[in-house]
Amino acid sequence: MPINVLMPALSPTMTEGNLAKWHVKEGDSVEAGDVIAEIETDKATMEVEAVDEGTVGKILIAGGTEGVAVNTPIAVLLEEGESANDIGDVPAEAAKAAPKKDEAAPKAAAPKAAASAPAPQASAPRGERIFASPLAKRIAAQKGIDLSSVSGSGPRGRIVKADVEGAKAGAVGPARSAVAADVPQGDEQINEFGMIYTAVPNNNIKKITAKRLLESKTTVPHFYLSVEFHIDGLLAARKQINEQAGGAYKLSVNDFIVKACANALQAYPAANTQWTDDAVLQFKHSDISVAVATPNGLITPIVKKAETKGLKQISAEVKELAGKARDGKLKPEEFQGGTFSVSNLGMYGIDDFAAIINPPQSCILAVGAGKQKPYVVNGEVKVGTFMTCTLSTDHRTVDGAVGAEFLQVLKQYIENPVSMLV
Amino acid sequence: MAEQNFDVIVIGGGPGGYVAAIRAAQLKMKVALVEAEHLGGICLNWGCIPTKALLRSSEVHHLIQHADQFGISVKDVSFDLKKIVERSRGVAKQLSGGIGHLLKKNKVTVFDGYGQLLGKGKVAVNGQSKETISGKHIIIATGARARVLPGLEPDGKLIWTYKEAMVPDTMPKSLLVVGSGAIGIEFASFYRNLGVDVTVAEVVDKVLPVEDDEISAFAHKQFEKQGMKILTGAQVKKLEKGKDNVTAHIEVKGKMQTLTIDRVIMAVGIQANTEKIGLEAVPGVKLDRGHIVTDGYMTTGEQGVYAIGDVAGAPWLAHKASHEGIICVEKIAGMKDVHPMKTSNIPGCTYCTPQVASVGLTEKAAKEAGYDINVGRFPFIGNGKAIALGEPEGMVKTIFDKKTGELLGAHMVGAEVTEMIQGYVVGKTAELTEAEFMHTVFPHPTLSEMMHESVLDAYGRAIHF
Repeated sequence: MPINVLMPALSPTMTEGNLAKWHVKEGDSVEAGDVIAEIETDKATMEVEAVDEGTVGKILIAGGTEGVAVNTPIAVLLEEGESANDIGDVPAEAAKAAPKKDEAAPKAAAPKAAASAPAPQASAPRGERIFASPLAKRIAAQKGIDLSSVSGSGPRGRIVKADVEGAKAGAVGPARSAVAADVPQGDEQINEFGMIYTAVPNNNIKKITAKRLLESKTTVPHFYLSVEFHIDGLLAARKQINEQAGGAYKLSVNDFIVKACANALQAYPAANTQWTDDAVLQFKHSDISVAVATPNGLITPIVKKAETKGLKQISAEVKELAGKARDGKLKPEEFQGGTFSVSNLGMYGIDDFAAIINPPQSCILAVGAGKQKPYVVNGEVKVGTFMTCTLSTDHRTVDGAVGAEFLQVLKQYIENPVSMLV
Repeated sequence: MAEQNFDVIVIGGGPGGYVAAIRAAQLKMKVALVEAEHLGGICLNWGCIPTKALLRSSEVHHLIQHADQFGISVKDVSFDLKKIVERSRGVAKQLSGGIGHLLKKNKVTVFDGYGQLLGKGKVAVNGQSKETISGKHIIIATGARARVLPGLEPDGKLIWTYKEAMVPDTMPKSLLVVGSGAIGIEFASFYRNLGVDVTVAEVVDKVLPVEDDEISAFAHKQFEKQGMKILTGAQVKKLEKGKDNVTAHIEVKGKMQTLTIDRVIMAVGIQANTEKIGLEAVPGVKLDRGHIVTDGYMTTGEQGVYAIGDVAGAPWLAHKASHEGIICVEKIAGMKDVHPMKTSNIPGCTYCTPQVASVGLTEKAAKEAGYDINVGRFPFIGNGKAIALGEPEGMVKTIFDKKTGELLGAHMVGAEVTEMIQGYVVGKTAELTEAEFMHTVFPHPTLSEMMHESVLDAYGRAIHF
């Protein structure tokens, strides 16, 4: 079978690199150890050696291509007795490795376009071998667990039975303090200060979230704008719609916010953007990422083209996506991408907070709880329900004025929900 | 003299302690080992190894007695007890010397004497000379000794522990073995194979209490076939010592009976050696039912103090002690890929005739744990090699989780099963399912083919039965 030569990772952190130069051409025969290409990263240039002997059947990525994602097939090596006809399905396989997208928005897996944009959502690299015991594989298959989202605790990080049963095992194991309070029991460990703790291994979601949030907070210039929305109108509309639905569906305040954001982004596209070094990308559709807390960590499934969808549909989609997120069943295309994020902690009674931008997006809206407050109209004190929202923006794309104008538009939609229904 | 400082001090030179010491030395630590009696501990000097030498003699004797079955004529068979014991002691001595050599090669400093914790990283060595050494990490590996039941105390003359049983100067004509765990039943086999009238008294309702019921029952039948008398549900109430014999009062299933025998071997479990090692100086070290409480990395509640092997609790097996020593030391060294041991993956071997070996859950335990199981069985009579060896008695039993295909337990009885169990242990440790066992090619003709067949049988696919 023809052998795919993959874009190598020259360091553990490398996600992409430039294919500087080919040392071979199609039809050349190579021995294991021959230098076939040069790869460049921001740090170094390294030679790629052939791992197998054979004939260069096809060069898939031309020399001089920038931003080639690690593990992308870059050439096909033919073994003895094989011809170029045998290649047939290999490029197809390579194409499969790219995220399936029926819309625009090419992602990092397509090497040429948008080379400087960071990969939108780093899930476990596709096609990379996942080390798991046969038993762990079988249990994962039975439970519908995606092994790439599981962190292995076995020898050399191999995924073992305990890892796929992790959720269950993690839930058990409370108070066993009967014997002696200061002696580690079972899985507990003790540190150099005599403090007892349990090490809960980080799964891939946690690791990736940690990496991306750190990257966001340290490399994106965050700028914060807070605004108070008067939501009595919204609450009344919600009540009326829900009553009319007669239990068929039930809209949440958050559904209204998602819809309001989607419409506001259409009305004010300058906030529906992404920073790249060469250009600011302004997206056509409002793909709203909704932050969902799951037992495995934070994940942001996407309501795509939310501007084209009604409240009822948005509500149903959010429910379905959140459920899938909690069960770990989201498909990559359901959480990778997005143009704007909404994070709502109102249900926990949080008044207001500032969220960390979900890169490469420009904005995230942090939604607080709705609270009744006295306010003054025409010299008269009244009581109304108010909700504080804080918009975190990437100042490179959405500066103070742009952000403030966007919030004004958003305020229009939220405070006059009828306008969303049009 | 300046106090000597070490990275690691190991107290006790048994299979837990000396392995921990060597591993620590391999990891570039400066290591001291404190041992009062003999390197290699009970295992090597008074346990696993010398008993295997004794059992080998009795097996050879047994084989020769049945030589005719193999077409060999042998006349006037007899044995020399003194030589049998000498051989056993020689084997122990040879290996103990080997441990000394290994420790020296790895530059472990060995101190002769009893180690006593003084707290704050200091250990007193109480030997011919007295000195104090200090270490950043102290590993307690002091092992265990025979458990003594009140009223049934061994006297070393008529009532033996394993130690006297291993070096008899004359052969008793009759023997009562109290306890049918690994130690008791191995001595029972040894003496029975050499013609002694052996009775085994077991307090629970089956021999080899930790084994699978079916395996215990199978072994029970074989023992009786060999002429062993077995009393289950039997509690020895009193041992009355005569001049050169003992009268035992035994309550068997509620009825008292008496039995007069030449000697008694007490094999009713073991007790951890936690006394006189200075535990009062390390208040963080806690005891639970006589053994030191540790976590999966063998740390105690006291900073820098660890416990491994028998002193840290069941199962009381040399290989468990050694492995704990390695885990403990690698964790101390800050190695990344260190994992706590899974008890369910620790095999147990008993070298009676027939041998017994097992790993994981028994059928009963698997059911009690709520598993829906597939059970496979394959008898020795269906295996060519077993018949050629003249060993057609035995069985290989496997227990799988019906849902996931996990090998929950494997239990074997018969010739050489102690050498085979590791196959299942490797598989279990690697978390193989029935599919991988089925896909494995087992060599023919071997006894190990039965391991394959047993797995196949668990799924109704055994070929040769």
